[in-house]
Amino acid sequence: MAKAILFDSTKCIGCRQCEAACAEHWGLPYDDTVAQQERISERKLTTIVTRGERFSRRLCMHCADPTCVSVCPVAALRKTELGPVTYDEGRCIGCRYCMLACPFQVPAYEWSKRLPRVKKCDMCYERQTAGLPTACAEACPTGATLSGERDELIAEARRRLAESPGEYYPHIYGLEEVGGTSVLMLSAVPFEQLGLRADLLREPLPRLTWRALSLVPDVVVVGTVLLGGIWWITHRREEVAAAEARAAKEKQS
Amino acid sequence: MRSRLARLTFWQWVFLAVMLGGLYAAYVRVLGGLGGATHLSDAFPWGLWIGFDVLCGVGLAAGGFTLAAIVHIFNIERYKPILRPAILTAFLGYLLVILALLFDLGRPYRIWHPLVMWNPHSVMFEVAWCVMLYTAVLALEFAPVVCERLGWRLALGWLRVVAIPLVIAGVILSTLHQSSLGSLYLIVPHKLYPLWYSPFLPVFFFLSAIFVGFAMTIFESWHSSRAFGKQLELPLLASMGRVLAVLLAFYLVLRFLDLGRRGVLRLLLEPRTETYLFLLETALLAVPMLLLFRLRVRSQPGGLYLCAVLVIFGFVAHRLNVSVTGMEAGSGTSYVPKWTEVMVTLAIIALGFAVFRFAAKHLPLFAEEPPAARTALPAPAVGD
Ligand code: SF4
Repeated sequence: MAKAILFDSTKCIGCRQCEAACAEHWGLPYDDTVAQQERISERKLTTIVTRGERFSRRLCMHCADPTCVSVCPVAALRKTELGPVTYDEGRCIGCRYCMLACPFQVPAYEWSKRLPRVKKCDMCYERQTAGLPTACAEACPTGATLSGERDELIAEARRRLAESPGEYYPHIYGLEEVGGTSVLMLSAVPFEQLGLRADLLREPLPRLTWRALSLVPDVVVVGTVLLGGIWWITHRREEVAAAEARAAKEKQS
Repeated sequence: MRSRLARLTFWQWVFLAVMLGGLYAAYVRVLGGLGGATHLSDAFPWGLWIGFDVLCGVGLAAGGFTLAAIVHIFNIERYKPILRPAILTAFLGYLLVILALLFDLGRPYRIWHPLVMWNPHSVMFEVAWCVMLYTAVLALEFAPVVCERLGWRLALGWLRVVAIPLVIAGVILSTLHQSSLGSLYLIVPHKLYPLWYSPFLPVFFFLSAIFVGFAMTIFESWHSSRAFGKQLELPLLASMGRVLAVLLAFYLVLRFLDLGRRGVLRLLLEPRTETYLFLLETALLAVPMLLLFRLRVRSQPGGLYLCAVLVIFGFVAHRLNVSVTGMEAGSGTSYVPKWTEVMVTLAIIALGFAVFRFAAKHLPLFAEEPPAARTALPAPAVGD
């Protein structure tokens, strides 16, 4: 039932219809200056990145085990069963740990606002619950962006790689990166050449911190016993002396 | 020495200027938001306020739990005279860290959210709870000083009953907190430069907190003795200096073993900013370590003080390298703090110094002194 997006950069013509549709969906002003900024920000939650003749998209990758969800102290970010990673602005305290931690540098902040929020793509969560495709996929004139079930889209990507191996670099970006993402990408060239990070770990990043965090109960238990024990030993002599004094006193009375 | 009063007024003047600057910076922060008051960006969301005010602030407060453990748990009574100032420093340090957090959080009025909105998988959640609980513990650990001053015998009795459980809780919370500040960076293996990224970050943050706790105690005792005309507890501090040297050696050996195990020692041959910063950080710790192993340096107040200052700088260099300079290349940007960020930081430091001075004058911080000596304290102290 998990939703996903398949982006095939070989089909993308850089028309930026996805950007415009996304801006409209979020009620963000969109004009040429915004279009020219090829960087995710509070002004645009998805962007086309141009590298020579090739175009690729940037948007929240909606990881299977999202780093941002694991790091948010107040659980403002959530991985929904449907697939999208959503943000609850009512909980957010603005620590920006999600921004620091995201391996794709996706969450953006409303830096100039006095009551700022994090901004990120939510894979059109509301539209998807109503059974609609994402706004960007709907707007895409060439079918470079497809919205659908993750399993089906993976199958589709594999078919394309198998059918025309000459046209594609043989890798589905997002299948395994940081444990897998809900946005999958295909490219004719190695993904670094599109400006994407190809050196990401295959393991979900939350595991890196969980290894340390899961030791907390042990530290508490062992620490208490250890410190209590040391205290007991180092103060025993005093206690013994005090007890003897008390005993002596009782004998006297 | 001659014009002690003139010197005081100079520092008071500096203090005033810094506080006014800080207030203005706070005004800019409130009005202009984080964008107007900082050079932070989407690619570089944490800067000086987190890197210095929070990470270093918490570390520099570590003297509190180390000394509390030494005196109360290990029952090494002779360190008792310097325990109270250390607890006060820790308590003030934590309050100032919370103040800095209020500047840095996008929505500071929601700072209490982690109390009711939980995510145990988040290191930040652990950090938030440690800050809250340990600040409360420190308040209670410091409360006897205030109660003594006010003559509240009943409260004192109760505080004595819970003293040991409090100390144990404080040591454990500090262990968790200091190490969790390192764990925060476990999640950025792709961003943090390999000379600093290590699965042992929490261990290094914990160990460095302990050694800087010793350095801070020496630093403070030296300043208190000058400011309040007290005798320096030299034999005591010299023995701390020796422990400090051993701790530094242990830390540095572990650090290099880790670099070797991860196979990144060869990075030291690369002519990059990170290499130089790493060497600087290491030198700032290795030099005082070598010096402190010599009895001649340890038994001189000046030598001890110098070493303590070097260690504090080395500690700050490490935490800033992890949080700021080591993150720049991996984030694909550079970051230089804006004047407002620097001003707020300076004002927070100045506030810390001022409150400490005030408390030292009016509270029985340096215990075991006859009350007469205490009441005489507010007058300008004579000679060093
Ligand atoms: S900035 Fe908000 S959403 Fe991001 S980690 Fe912090 S509290 Fe969570």
